Amino acid sequence: MKQRPMRSQPIKILVVVVALAAIAIIIPNTNSFVILLATRALAFSILVMSLDILLGYTGLPSLGQAAFLGVGAYSTAILATKYQFGLGYDFWLVVVLGILFGAALAAIFGLLAIRATGVYFLMITLALGQCVWGLAYRWNSLTGGDNGINLRARPKFGIDLANEVTFFYLVIGFFAASLFLMYTLVRSPFGRSLAGIRERELRMKILGYNTWLHKYIAFIIAGGFGGLSGVLWAHTAGIVSPENVVLTTSVDALLMAVLGGAGTLVGGVIGASIVFGLREYLSTLVPWWQYVLGAVYVLTILYLPTGLMGIPERIRQRRALTANREEAKKPVPVTS
Amino acid sequence: MNTQFWLIQAFNGVSYGALLFLVGSGLSLIFGVMRIVNLAHGSYFLLGGYVALTVIWTTGSWLLAIPVAALTIGLVGLVMERIFLRPLGFEPLRQVLLTVGFAFLFQQAALDIWSGNNFDINPPDALTKSIVVGGLYLPLYRIFMIATALAIGLVLWLVMEKTRLGAAVRATVDDAQMARGIGIDTSLVSMLIFALGAFLAALGGVIGGAFLGIYPGLDFEMLPIAFAVVIIGGMGSLGGAAIGALMVGLADNFGKALFPEISYFTLYAPMALILAVKPTGLFGRE
Repeated sequence: MKQRPMRSQPIKILVVVVALAAIAIIIPNTNSFVILLATRALAFSILVMSLDILLGYTGLPSLGQAAFLGVGAYSTAILATKYQFGLGYDFWLVVVLGILFGAALAAIFGLLAIRATGVYFLMITLALGQCVWGLAYRWNSLTGGDNGINLRARPKFGIDLANEVTFFYLVIGFFAASLFLMYTLVRSPFGRSLAGIRERELRMKILGYNTWLHKYIAFIIAGGFGGLSGVLWAHTAGIVSPENVVLTTSVDALLMAVLGGAGTLVGGVIGASIVFGLREYLSTLVPWWQYVLGAVYVLTILYLPTGLMGIPERIRQRRALTANREEAKKPVPVTS
Repeated sequence: MNTQFWLIQAFNGVSYGALLFLVGSGLSLIFGVMRIVNLAHGSYFLLGGYVALTVIWTTGSWLLAIPVAALTIGLVGLVMERIFLRPLGFEPLRQVLLTVGFAFLFQQAALDIWSGNNFDINPPDALTKSIVVGGLYLPLYRIFMIATALAIGLVLWLVMEKTRLGAAVRATVDDAQMARGIGIDTSLVSMLIFALGAFLAALGGVIGGAFLGIYPGLDFEMLPIAFAVVIIGGMGSLGGAAIGALMVGLADNFGKALFPEISYFTLYAPMALILAVKPTGLFGRE
């Protein structure tokens, strides 16, 4: 990512805050279909942003990020249905547990995966993700196998989360907090070192950075946010099934991050909103919606490698380029 | 669990491994030559099965369906490589993501053309019988699968080891830049290998369709298993793909028979461990 002038940063933050406030005000006044859609997109966005920390800021393309969503979601569902745990104030404990489980899984997976880079990292995370999927799919006694687990009720503590507007506010609250934390992370010296590793790992090593540890910590943090996203997802969808940890879910997350623009965090939300919108809304209108989705992916990768968030930057570059050309066209005074 | 159980399971494992070799060898060669993970490989498998169904429905000939399906999908692969993957140059991540986009497009196209029903590819009656060897009933069809994989493997090995083209492919796998430097047209090699990979996957789809069935979602079920083959065997190595296919075939069969609750775990966990220790796979060259 190119270093942007520091001046414009407060404006960008303001835009994001205003946009979030607008979403928080407008969405609850629409119909329940849109509210549910937005809740889903926001809950999933946390996973996409956690992936963006790896993909966009550290240069690690993970194809197994759904595993962390799965761990958060399954632990929420199992605690709720088998132990009636997490349906009152203890919901907050489940949130903490979900984050811890996600981070713990990432700590184990990271030991295996972090050594690899590029396409090899992609493959090993794919294999690890499939391990989790395999367990979810086949371990009937714990996970309910192919049928998954139905959560019968959402938590109730003072406020009733069964109310979809209340629940939407909870999810957008978690979303905003996650965005803020991740933004702080990538702007911190630690985040800067991650970007250094993404650009050229060897140089960072020579400069004395422990690049393995940096990547490992980034992986664990991303896993924690993935777990949080899973806890919210379990209550949003009301069902947790192997579908949530299957390879295509990881692929979806990766494509959403790229579609919105890797290395931008908020790009993940835009990508997620577009994909969820297309999938849930367009599919009710036309039978060929998946062509649109596939075409959007293919065209983005071919023509917009920096994603939708990269469009302003590209326009600026083009303008600068044409300006330069105009400059070059001016007759050069002959000095002789 | 007597000897008979072990023998039958081993035979099933080996014949499943034969099918996996067809899918995995192409994926492995594509990775070796182009350094990309082709996430549309499962789609080629599924589409191969579907095209074969159409040929069988219109002409009634199973024998004709095999080459037609494999060649059609091989052509699809060739076009995809030329028009979409090649212009991206050597950017593995973008190329990988592009293949996913295609996997989704193929999925929808298959749903539109062949509907969401489950189909079976019925081989000719001659292949549906069983033969008895030492008290074991061995289905002829599974023997046919093993024979096909052996024949394809032999041809591939001969081409790779004994021809000029094969030498060019091996050179590209080892060091693409160097190969370009000494005048090997690596772009042409990539195109041929990608088409060959699609061809082999589709062939696997036709042959595997008889006992796996052909249904939506098979593409993304097949993909990670093909990856396990490639990863265990090592990327870009034909012999590795054969050994990987055999190991995955056996692990899958025995896993499902012995520990059904964690059967997929027994398949993917060794794969992750191997990758962690040796990122290029057991027999990969780097």
